Amino acid sequence: MATGTGYALDFERPLIELEKKIDELKALSTSGSVDFSSEISKLEKKAKKLQTEIFSDLSRWQVVQLARHSARPFFLDYVQHLFTDYFELSGDRRFGEDTSLIGGFARFDGKPVMVLGHQKGRTTKENMSRNFGMPRPEGYRKALRLMELAERFEKPIFTFVDTMGAYPGIGAEERGQAEAIAVNLEVMSRLKVPIISTVLGEGGSGGALAIGVGNRVLMMQNSIYSVISPEGCASILFRDASKASKAADALKLTAKDLLEMKVIDEVIQEPAGGAHRDPPKAAEALGKALRKHLGQLSGMSPDELVRDRYNKFRAFGVFSGR
Amino acid sequence: MAWFSKKPRIAVVPEPATEPPQPSRMQGLWAKCETCDEIIYRQELEKNWMVCPHCEHHHAWPARARLGALLDADSFEEFDKELEPQDPLGFSDSKKYKDRLKSSRKNLGENDAFISGVGRIDGHQVSVGCFVFEFMGGSMGSVVGEKVARVFERAHELKCPALVFSASGGARMQEGIFSLMQMAKTSAAIARFRTGNKPYVSVLLNPTTGGVAASFSWLGDVILAEPKALIGFAGPRVIEQTIRQKLPEGFQRSEFLLEHGMLDAIVHRKDMRAKLAQLLGLVG
Repeated sequence: MATGTGYALDFERPLIELEKKIDELKALSTSGSVDFSSEISKLEKKAKKLQTEIFSDLSRWQVVQLARHSARPFFLDYVQHLFTDYFELSGDRRFGEDTSLIGGFARFDGKPVMVLGHQKGRTTKENMSRNFGMPRPEGYRKALRLMELAERFEKPIFTFVDTMGAYPGIGAEERGQAEAIAVNLEVMSRLKVPIISTVLGEGGSGGALAIGVGNRVLMMQNSIYSVISPEGCASILFRDASKASKAADALKLTAKDLLEMKVIDEVIQEPAGGAHRDPPKAAEALGKALRKHLGQLSGMSPDELVRDRYNKFRAFGVFSGR
Repeated sequence: MAWFSKKPRIAVVPEPATEPPQPSRMQGLWAKCETCDEIIYRQELEKNWMVCPHCEHHHAWPARARLGALLDADSFEEFDKELEPQDPLGFSDSKKYKDRLKSSRKNLGENDAFISGVGRIDGHQVSVGCFVFEFMGGSMGSVVGEKVARVFERAHELKCPALVFSASGGARMQEGIFSLMQMAKTSAAIARFRTGNKPYVSVLLNPTTGGVAASFSWLGDVILAEPKALIGFAGPRVIEQTIRQKLPEGFQRSEFLLEHGMLDAIVHRKDMRAKLAQLLGLVG
């Protein structure tokens, strides 16, 4: 039940310490002559209760932290669990290759599809090479190229969102970060194949939406999707970045919030304690949802798919008057 | 490297308006130029499209004055004026979003940050829209997004060109995820408009950033900008905080973007009407 990296969030810690104790007792039981089985089962019950207590009522800020958990399964972890035959395609054919937004052909239930997503790193070194999952224009232009390929070959597209946002840097601005995102939004709205977008962890503003214009938009239970990061919102509106948890509440950015506001189609339940506690189980739940939605969409004609997606996004907005 | 000290914050929403016209300087009989500090007789400044006669600095130009000056006399018919913003999140920071809306509405006499309708330029019919930057930094919430989408739908229906003047800090964070979705909505409307053969001319004003830059504003068939306008995705302060370097002189200004191939032309305010008329004559 270890989290893999040893990294634990504050509110996870009591649970993880208890689990460590259980593991120690188990080790003693098997190696020695003393029988701890009654203590172990007592502690296991306690751990289960504690887990329910902690995770049944997470604050929005706690969900933000889970969404960013470094042990959380990332795009490539899900690819490994859910797809076969993954063939990664590189480069935007304009300027360069961006490893923070990657994708390629793969098989889902044996059938060829296109998959693409933001890729974060788990270690600092990995994160440096993945640019912390923050794409530059090349990433978005490669994503566009891949999606247009999928359309040509009539393959459904799965996109997976997990980014703090598009990278704010000098080169990115020089090469048209805003333009690259804008073009993706326009082109995605008219692609003639099914698109299913899933927010895996962080859905950070325009940099997330740029691969998020799907016929279906799904979110993992402990993921977030927001117009601005809670820290950014706090420093602008509350003039204090430390009020991020307050900003998270104001922004209503959790999967549950977005489902209630009818902005997304489904929340995918994660295993108890979050996806990082049992990645295969999280992947299984995601796979089930993807299968269901793809099944619903595959009966639609190309024109119907475009109309369906257009109508979905055209309808967003809350205002009065006609 | 700066990676370890502080996470960059990514914003498609406005930073606190970086350079709004300073009321104290721009009100009254006399105005002081924001760039060269020359004192200008206010009427003269207004007659000069709010461009400083000494240094050519383009001051903020209210949307209705702009539309009045650029469109053929009395040709503008406003649409969707009655659309009003709501408060879908019940958002509140130091001030309630509802109160912010109320005070902007009272001060400016506009329901939200965008004015749109149909007009003519040198006889050419256009479906036109213009941001009201003074209304919450020209930020885009549901009403702005809806009005922008309708500009393209109207142009498509009337089979006429679309023309949008953008001046916005980006998405309106007080409407949260609904603001973000306006980026997709407006861009989708453009995709549909483009099934026809009429052009969309996008004019970028100071400033055009964030979610507005990263959606319909940068999707023009032809993209023009006023001189020295700040245009980009991330605000300069966010970039500076991320890369921990001073930004080069002129970074993200119109001239910089033209040089990097991101714009078609920079057009001085005094030439704007003639240039638009020329363009509409060629491809309208």
